[in-house]
Amino acid sequence: MSSFFSYLITGISLGSIYALIALGYTMVYGIAKMLNFAHGDVIMIGGYIVFTAVSTLGWSSGLGIFGAIFCGILGCLLLGVLVEKVAYKPLRNAPSLAVLITAIGVSYLLQNIALLIFGSNPKNFSSVVMFDGFSIGKVRISGETVVTIAVSVLIMIGLTLFVNHTKSGMAMLAVSEDKGAAQLMGVNVNRTISLTFAIGSALAGVASILLCSTYPLLSPYTGAMPGIKAFTAAVFGGIGSIPGAMIGGVILGVIESLSKAYISSQFSDAIVFGVLIIVLLVKPTGIMGKKLNEKV
Amino acid sequence: MALLETKDLSIQFGGLKAVDRLNLSIKKGQLYGLIGPNGAGKTTVFNMLTGVYAPTSGTAVLDGVTLNGKSPVEINKLGVARTFQNIRLFGKMSVLDNVRLGFGNSIHYSLFESFFHIGRYRKAEREATEKAMELLKVFNLDGEKDYLASNLPYGKQRRLEIARAMATGPKLLLLDEPAAGMNPNETADLMDTIRFVRDNFDMTILLIEHDMKLVSGICEELTVLNFGTELAKGPTAEVLNNPRVITAYIGEDD
Repeated sequence: MSSFFSYLITGISLGSIYALIALGYTMVYGIAKMLNFAHGDVIMIGGYIVFTAVSTLGWSSGLGIFGAIFCGILGCLLLGVLVEKVAYKPLRNAPSLAVLITAIGVSYLLQNIALLIFGSNPKNFSSVVMFDGFSIGKVRISGETVVTIAVSVLIMIGLTLFVNHTKSGMAMLAVSEDKGAAQLMGVNVNRTISLTFAIGSALAGVASILLCSTYPLLSPYTGAMPGIKAFTAAVFGGIGSIPGAMIGGVILGVIESLSKAYISSQFSDAIVFGVLIIVLLVKPTGIMGKKLNEKV
Repeated sequence: MALLETKDLSIQFGGLKAVDRLNLSIKKGQLYGLIGPNGAGKTTVFNMLTGVYAPTSGTAVLDGVTLNGKSPVEINKLGVARTFQNIRLFGKMSVLDNVRLGFGNSIHYSLFESFFHIGRYRKAEREATEKAMELLKVFNLDGEKDYLASNLPYGKQRRLEIARAMATGPKLLLLDEPAAGMNPNETADLMDTIRFVRDNFDMTILLIEHDMKLVSGICEELTVLNFGTELAKGPTAEVLNNPRVITAYIGEDD
């Protein structure tokens, strides 16, 4: 029983990271109607920024750690906005296939830049979590797990408040429903899209720090798998839906963790994607997705 | 001086002249109708006036400011708001939020303040909510403020669309077929609402409509478009009795 509890906690923690990444996918999809496949690689870049600050520049204690975390998040935020401006904005009215291919291109570009600068050998990321965790009975909960879950919950609450109770958040909802009408009601669509990329990428920055602290091997391909899993989580929860991404991420993490523990660690990914296929067969719009009425 | 003045406003899509040399002159406080058979180019005129389409030639001037080359957002800030032929409310947002969004032009606070709910944020959001509630009361929608916009009955959705447009603080309100799909009772209510908006907000209104009862009931002047060109214009009663207008609508006798 105690081992089940421990796997469950691990799953929730992993799932929270997926959820943070999935939020970036789902918000961008909701607003720009595009799949930003470079999102996973923004995570990897965030990891390298923090790694450089901590291990190369030696910001490894006290205030230094906070500086490194801040730089990592800010770096991801700026990278996300830059990628949108340079690669996606010129394609605003292009067919969605062109945007998709561009996103895949950006993904490879980021991976290869990292490969060029940091080489292909994995780096050892030293955890930025300075908290040792605690035990409940026989169950040991690591500091990383506690921090991951706490940070994710705080961010999700904050994001929900932001989206539903501020002018910019409501502009995001309006643009995701009807870009044209929003524009005619005075909503600055370009600014809203930039803001969405900024928030999504900053969340990716947070996710990268949590992910690398828990799974400390950092390579140019670190972002790829979590990126795909988080995308899966976003689809699972209903792409475009913010609560859907949160729920989808956590469920996916728990399924992965439990199937690793009780079924097979090699098949865990197959099981995760298998569950996705079943969910989509039963409810094609995802858990929280609504039926889409396409205008004819 | 006219509030809205268009001079030879034209737009061409490929070889098709969708609107050809339209001259509108709408005085402040006027209720002006733009009518014509389907495909005459009426909605295209609205799309040019709101910056969705760029005119091929000609100019549109609102209150002394040329609208040509301005984006929809800039034109909205200058004081043009519109509704749509097929309602385009934000269906997944509440009735109140739809209107609150319209007040976006008049509330100002930084992202930083909104993240931490401090400074100007609280006051600005409270004021926006209060103003939105006042507007909902005017449109008799305050009882449904927490409904999702998509759950409102049709007639109320039309009214909410007008309320949302009014929230952006326009000088000129463009209504695209406000009575489309309404039953006679709803249409009568709508006429009262439009008159009320004009009288109480000192609004200038340009409307596209097919419902002749509404047109003859509230419009003071009309322009008739047919295949993109001006067929007739002038006071409503005069225009509606113009034989060329009647022919355009119901066809020619052989």
